[in-house]
Amino acid sequence: MAKRVIPGFGLSLGFATFYTSLIVFIPLAALFAKGLSLGGADLWRVVSDPQALASYKLSFGAALAGALINLLFGGLVAWVLVRYAFPGKRIVDALVDLPFALPTAVAGIALTELYGRNGWFGAPLGELGLKVAYTPIGVTVALTFIGLPFVVRTVQPVLAGLDRELEEAAASLGADRWQTFRRVLFPALLPAALTGFALAFARAVGEYGSVVFISGNMPFRTEITPLLIYSKLEQYDYAAASALGMVMLLFSFVLLLLINGLQFWTVKRAGG
Amino acid sequence: MNWKTWLAAATLGLALGQTALADREILNVSYDPTRELYEAFNKKFTEHWKQETGETITVRQSHGGAGKQTRAIIDGLEADVATLALAYDIDAISEKTGIIPGDWQTRLPHNSAPYTSTIVFLVREGNPKNLKDWDDLLKPGVEVITPNPKTSGGARWNYLAAWAYAEKKYGSEEKARQFVGKLYKQVPVLDSGARGATTTFVKRGIGDVLLAWENEALLSINKLGRGDFEIVVPSISILAEPPVTVLDKNAEKHGTTDIAKAYLDYLYSPVGQELAGKNYYRPVDPEYASKYAGTFPEVNLVTVNEAFGGWQNAQRTHFNDGGVFDQIYKPE
Repeated sequence: MAKRVIPGFGLSLGFATFYTSLIVFIPLAALFAKGLSLGGADLWRVVSDPQALASYKLSFGAALAGALINLLFGGLVAWVLVRYAFPGKRIVDALVDLPFALPTAVAGIALTELYGRNGWFGAPLGELGLKVAYTPIGVTVALTFIGLPFVVRTVQPVLAGLDRELEEAAASLGADRWQTFRRVLFPALLPAALTGFALAFARAVGEYGSVVFISGNMPFRTEITPLLIYSKLEQYDYAAASALGMVMLLFSFVLLLLINGLQFWTVKRAGG
Repeated sequence: MNWKTWLAAATLGLALGQTALADREILNVSYDPTRELYEAFNKKFTEHWKQETGETITVRQSHGGAGKQTRAIIDGLEADVATLALAYDIDAISEKTGIIPGDWQTRLPHNSAPYTSTIVFLVREGNPKNLKDWDDLLKPGVEVITPNPKTSGGARWNYLAAWAYAEKKYGSEEKARQFVGKLYKQVPVLDSGARGATTTFVKRGIGDVLLAWENEALLSINKLGRGDFEIVVPSISILAEPPVTVLDKNAEKHGTTDIAKAYLDYLYSPVGQELAGKNYYRPVDPEYASKYAGTFPEVNLVTVNEAFGGWQNAQRTHFNDGGVFDQIYKPE
């Protein structure tokens, strides 16, 4: 092995492996052990129950929708924060982190208050015939709220580090604004934006605290998978709860793998 | 002796001194709506114990959703005493851990419930939809607020109360099933817990009637919104018996069995009964029951044992996966 500039490779690798096992791998292995203790037939019955299927659709659908909204508008917020100077910019910048800091139950109660039938947003929207609280739209609103910081905070530093001269060079070589964006800025930002998207999505899939208040928890319609897991626990059915947890984990893992693959592909394509 | 030995001796001495000096304490794990009751009761009990034995003790208290609290005990929270919402939860402790015997409920009077409660209707001021009894809740346009019985212990009492009424009135299980099915069609949102449902009804102004514990309903009327709400007592409801028990093996391990036992006995004493009545729970002692008769209107109360063959049965038939509650929501 070639000599490295910084010593301690063996020690740091050993520690990193030990640490990730302790924090991530062992708890997840325990989850799988518990879930698999059900045995094939029962396991399949639990995870393919129509009520569970309906909940996956809502949990993953709303999480994807929320992450997409964040990708678009979070990217815009990052752009504004990096490229423009305006009064109150620091306050807006600090506001972005709030969804991180707020206890999720508080967020859920506040959003339900706003979007409920008699709320500030809920009442006028209701006049227009749009119900938000206690519908899948409400779930998406909550998941958008908690996911916002992820996209903004991953795109912001990359955008700030971009050399403006690149854009000037593109312009001086005859590119119009759209071409500059599409050929110069977009490829540079895409990997970071995808990371933010993946983080926002992963965070939203597992969210419980804020969603249960605004969703209304109606079986087959607005019931998220984490709520179903909770109701299994109320029956002291730890194995079935773990089985649903396993399904969520596997789904998320595959989706995150796809997003990572996409990211890899874009980086390679931009480089080549 | 060298310095290490000195240090060891000093540490040991300090540790021994600590154990001898520390007050004995017990932990009571309870559910949400008993917070005010036990705050007052713990004070009275520590005074009583000091007077009787001269010993100063501490009673620690933990509150939360009943199911979550039960799981904490099962997963190893070493409580000395459990005061929970359903016998079903304490049965689960006995079954999963063996820290209490299976016949725990026979060890104290009145099925181990020193106070009882029931399910009533909380309606808006003036009762604008004129809701008098369970049948009225099925009228078109009436919105009923009750939490999800799959996730909330309190919600299971609401469901069983409605069922007991329908079965008595219409005479068959099939009719009761239809009645409860129709009732849940009037529910626009199933909050995950009882406090959440109260917020939906009281703060967000959603729904015409909240199915609630009598003690919670009285508390909201007397403390939160006097004049904004009224209580309606249906003709038939369910007798809710929140049970209490010493958690034998935990208390033995801590050497606190004597305190834990005395603590629960004191709930049945005049002081405990008085406090239960003051905190809107129905005292089981006939003397105090009649004293608080003004607070608690007479209702025809059905017990879970006589109407449903006990909590284990009720849970299995109605609330477990694939049970009657799940069937209500099954899409055709």
